[in-house]
Amino acid sequence: MFNHLLSLLIWLPVVGAIPVLLAGSARPNLARWLSLLVAVLTFVVSLFLLVQYDPSGPVIQLVESHLWIASWGVHYGLAVDGISVALIVMTTFVGVLVIAGAWEVIQDKPHQYMAAMLILEGLLIGVFCATDALLFYALFEAILIPMFILIGVWGGPRRVYATLKFFIYTFFGSVFMLIALLYLYQKAHTFDLATLAALPLSFTEQAWIFFAFLIAFAIKVPMVPVHTWLPDAHVEAPTGGSVVLAAVMLKVGTYGMLRFILPIVPDAGAHFAWLVIVLSLVAIVYIGYVALVQEDMKKLVAYSSVAHMGFVTLGIFIAFMLVRDQGRTDMAMLGMQGAMVQMISHGFVSGAMFTCIGVMYDRMHTRLIKDYGGVINAMPWFGFFYVLFAMANCGLPGTSGFVGEFMVILASFTANPWVSLFAAFTLIIGAGYTLWLVKRVLWGAITNPHVAEMKEINARETLVLAGFAAAVLALGIWPQPLVHLMDSSVSQLVQQLAIHKI
Amino acid sequence: MGLSTSILLTIALAPLVGCVLAGFLGKFLGRAGSHTATILGVALSCALSFYVLYQLTLGGVPEYNQNIYTWFQIGPFNASVGFMVDRLTALMLVVVSFVSLLVHVYTIGYMADDDGYTRFFSYISLFTFSMFMLVMSNNFMQLFFGWEAVGLVSYLLIGFWYKRPTAIFANLKAFLVNRVGDFGFLLGIAAVLYFLGTLDYATAFAAAPGLAGKTLQVTANTQWDAATVICILLFVGAMGKSAQVPLHVWLPDSMEGPTPISALIHAATMVTAGIFMVARMSPLFEMSSTALSFVLVIGATTALFTGLIGIVQNDIKRVIAYSTLSQLGYMTVALGVSMYSGAVFHLMTHAFFKALLFLGAGSVIIAMHHEQDMRYMGGLRKYMPITWITMWVGSLALVAVPFTSGFYSKDAIIEAVGESHRWGAHYAYFCVMAGVVVTGLYTFRQMYLTFHGKERFKVVEQHGHGHGDHGHHEPGVLAHAPKESPWVVTVPLVLLAIPSLLVGFFTVGPTLFGNWFGGAIHVNEANDVLAELGHEFHGAAAMALHGFTQLPFLLVVVAFVICTYIYLFNPALADRIKSALKPLWTVLDRKYWVDDVYYALFARGGVLLGRAFWKVSEKAVIDDAMVNGSVGLVHRVAATMRRLQSGYLYHYAFAMILGLILLLGGYWLVGSGLAGH
Repeated sequence: MFNHLLSLLIWLPVVGAIPVLLAGSARPNLARWLSLLVAVLTFVVSLFLLVQYDPSGPVIQLVESHLWIASWGVHYGLAVDGISVALIVMTTFVGVLVIAGAWEVIQDKPHQYMAAMLILEGLLIGVFCATDALLFYALFEAILIPMFILIGVWGGPRRVYATLKFFIYTFFGSVFMLIALLYLYQKAHTFDLATLAALPLSFTEQAWIFFAFLIAFAIKVPMVPVHTWLPDAHVEAPTGGSVVLAAVMLKVGTYGMLRFILPIVPDAGAHFAWLVIVLSLVAIVYIGYVALVQEDMKKLVAYSSVAHMGFVTLGIFIAFMLVRDQGRTDMAMLGMQGAMVQMISHGFVSGAMFTCIGVMYDRMHTRLIKDYGGVINAMPWFGFFYVLFAMANCGLPGTSGFVGEFMVILASFTANPWVSLFAAFTLIIGAGYTLWLVKRVLWGAITNPHVAEMKEINARETLVLAGFAAAVLALGIWPQPLVHLMDSSVSQLVQQLAIHKI
Repeated sequence: MGLSTSILLTIALAPLVGCVLAGFLGKFLGRAGSHTATILGVALSCALSFYVLYQLTLGGVPEYNQNIYTWFQIGPFNASVGFMVDRLTALMLVVVSFVSLLVHVYTIGYMADDDGYTRFFSYISLFTFSMFMLVMSNNFMQLFFGWEAVGLVSYLLIGFWYKRPTAIFANLKAFLVNRVGDFGFLLGIAAVLYFLGTLDYATAFAAAPGLAGKTLQVTANTQWDAATVICILLFVGAMGKSAQVPLHVWLPDSMEGPTPISALIHAATMVTAGIFMVARMSPLFEMSSTALSFVLVIGATTALFTGLIGIVQNDIKRVIAYSTLSQLGYMTVALGVSMYSGAVFHLMTHAFFKALLFLGAGSVIIAMHHEQDMRYMGGLRKYMPITWITMWVGSLALVAVPFTSGFYSKDAIIEAVGESHRWGAHYAYFCVMAGVVVTGLYTFRQMYLTFHGKERFKVVEQHGHGHGDHGHHEPGVLAHAPKESPWVVTVPLVLLAIPSLLVGFFTVGPTLFGNWFGGAIHVNEANDVLAELGHEFHGAAAMALHGFTQLPFLLVVVAFVICTYIYLFNPALADRIKSALKPLWTVLDRKYWVDDVYYALFARGGVLLGRAFWKVSEKAVIDDAMVNGSVGLVHRVAATMRRLQSGYLYHYAFAMILGLILLLGGYWLVGSGLAGH
């Protein structure tokens, strides 16, 4: 069975969605319990993955490969490295919390909602372990469908605009990736990522492919200036959709950069690293100011996501500068680890922030900051969690939000002090928009009778928030296990940066 | 035998356990259970801290420096959680745990009527834990952890009464201003890692001499000295946490928090973290006299100019808050002239007498039913003698009357600045000397307004109207006559008055002139002003007697005479002076307009900038023009194309004919063109 652990992880939630669907709208509770069972099982299986993967062994483990489309040599190829393992476990963990979080909130067709969520989870796991470029591409596109349904069916009033913008935007990006992949295929006659990594390419070829990949993944991350679909999608998405979108789907973009840009076009990546670094800094500083003035809580957190993902792209591309220009492999590893930790951490922190907003939305049916004020008076325990996650969002040490940003800022100082200067600006602006939000929503006297009527979080909501809190604190207090898990993989990535392909 | 890890862990974690118990189980434990749990935790830490200090001082135990666990290990870079406990740390542990313990006890009385009783105990225990982690750290990562954790607790405590708009404004302001400092601090840590290749104190300090001659390429043609860059960046952090000009604006507003935490966090311990940090980093700061001059000038400016604002304050807590700013300036000045041990010494004495003054002010506030305006006080001495006497003890220490603790620490700083040849020392000498008069003026004014002179409040008996009605009553009208506070309040006052009076006398010799700190503090021989002062030091008693004949004491006497005349004999004179010096008074009352400028520039300006970005680049340019614009383009093209498919036969027939003509015409053109060749 363990030879097919990855397949099991992918197919368990996807196949598990069938009985959930069959439960039908007549038996919503059965659908809920079934989907929770599937999500928990998937999480438990992913823990086996954590045990099975040996961080001190070879980088790539648990390889599965079957010929899929023989005429094109496309394989159903799966394998994981430490980074994939971390992302998969994060996904399955968030998956459980999302199902539990949607429990009574989704009253309309809960079985379909839960099934879409489970399918989405399975596809996302697939993305994180695909070793065949076409399989990756297929899954990369496929995740749009359940998300499209989640926003389009259970979304807010402007959901049609948001879903179309989200769908077309990301689809537009992936077309470029497909073209690049086809070009690579006609050179290498395979979609196997390891083979493509070894493929020699001229600089011109690399530059074209680099930009094709960059557009595809930058939209997904999203990076400035192709980020405007995200706030709209978040605002219209149901809470669970937002959580998965922020926590997991955005990571598909940065994960794609690791798997495609770094190994396949390292020279172009190094040459244009400055561009990505500048865009990352713009995301951190400029988006910080934009987040500051948002009137909708979800938009604010969505923009803060863009800023935090800026640290991931910064950490990845600063490593190019450190390795190529200064030969500082050690610092490059620090930056790259920072980017990886930030990916995992942002999954928990943003997921938690959106869950908190969802909890408030369920009671007030508004996301506008001005409709709130003094929530702490009505919901003190909720306030505890909200402040904790807000602090994680502004990168307070002891929470996971600090770890990655700390590493990236330290590493970027060596690359260029000015880069770290702008990156460290997040300390101020991040605290500014997050704590101003907290001030207006949570603190203060009760501003209106609706706030006074807000009920304290129930046991289920407490459990969900406590799950996020445990992850945020565990990573913040002791990141070494995560760092160790990804160490050899990060080391390999950094070595790939140094390889000249021309 | 060395210090055991388990003892140090107990010191750090005992308050955390108390915090968790009071915070999460407060409902089950009840009020008494919560305060018992937290007090026991801190008391245990306090006892063990004294034990550690004893072991390091008299027990001949070597300093402790070990990692507890690896936080991350990436290639050669290690970040750990670990403890470095030498005499500097031990002294800080004792100061923090002692003041914290007394504040815990005091809180039982001060917060007796508050709904957030258990929450408050949870917070102050969390603070104690964070502060321990900060001072016990053996590396920069953990230092930053403690640094930000105390900032978090400060945020929570300033906003403790979260229903008050002023409180939640102040805590946001405090956090953000501190973050500006932390911004520099974090870059400083990054610079340390870049130049010294480690986050570990011991390794970094050992490598510090290698910084000489190293530079940081700032632009193509500019290079900055490595040590100067590191030290100034680190010091920016200290400026935030220790509220030095121009990052001082948050501390006066922090008085929105309950008084016990003003004593603990915003006077005795947290705000001195910056001073401690620079003292801890002495091997680095000794590498850059430029950075030290910077420190000196900032400290001197803070010492004088924030003290001046204290003279015009009417809120009893704000006077002490500005006094704290000014005294932190004195400590910073001491750092600036390489007198690290003097700074830490003043930190210690200040912790005692300033905590005393704050807790005394709190006692007054309880008696006055939460009235803080001194204009409605006066003559309180006969109602609350213990508070009155202990606050005088604290005040005498603050103005540095010889033989008090404050005298030994402050006078040594003033003399050291006089001896120093560092750039900026002349300016600093003027500031610290003028600061003595200023300190005297605001201190005596405060004491007279509060405890002496005529009573400026009325007692109107109101039945069925209790305490705790925060500021809802008419100013100057009390429901009951003021009375002395309960023992949980007065005992801490007495216990703080004792060290305020005596600790300086007994410790000045070893700490300043006896190299008691040993290897914990490093001073280059050329910078060692204390060594020069040491030649003239012949014991604490001689130093105090000598102090009576010196300029600082005469300045205190001048301030005393002025205040006594005005506030005891001629109260109307104060108003006359105020109207005569109206412009000057306005400058001080508006706090040099620094707050207003910051608010307009950074708070309003930030929001305006954000709005401009939001409206112009986000919506107009990116979304409307680029994204929806291209969608619109597709729409328009598609709409045009769609019109072609009208479904009318004559349209298609017409198109066919048109096409035919064009085709034939094309052939003809091309054909004739080809024929031409």
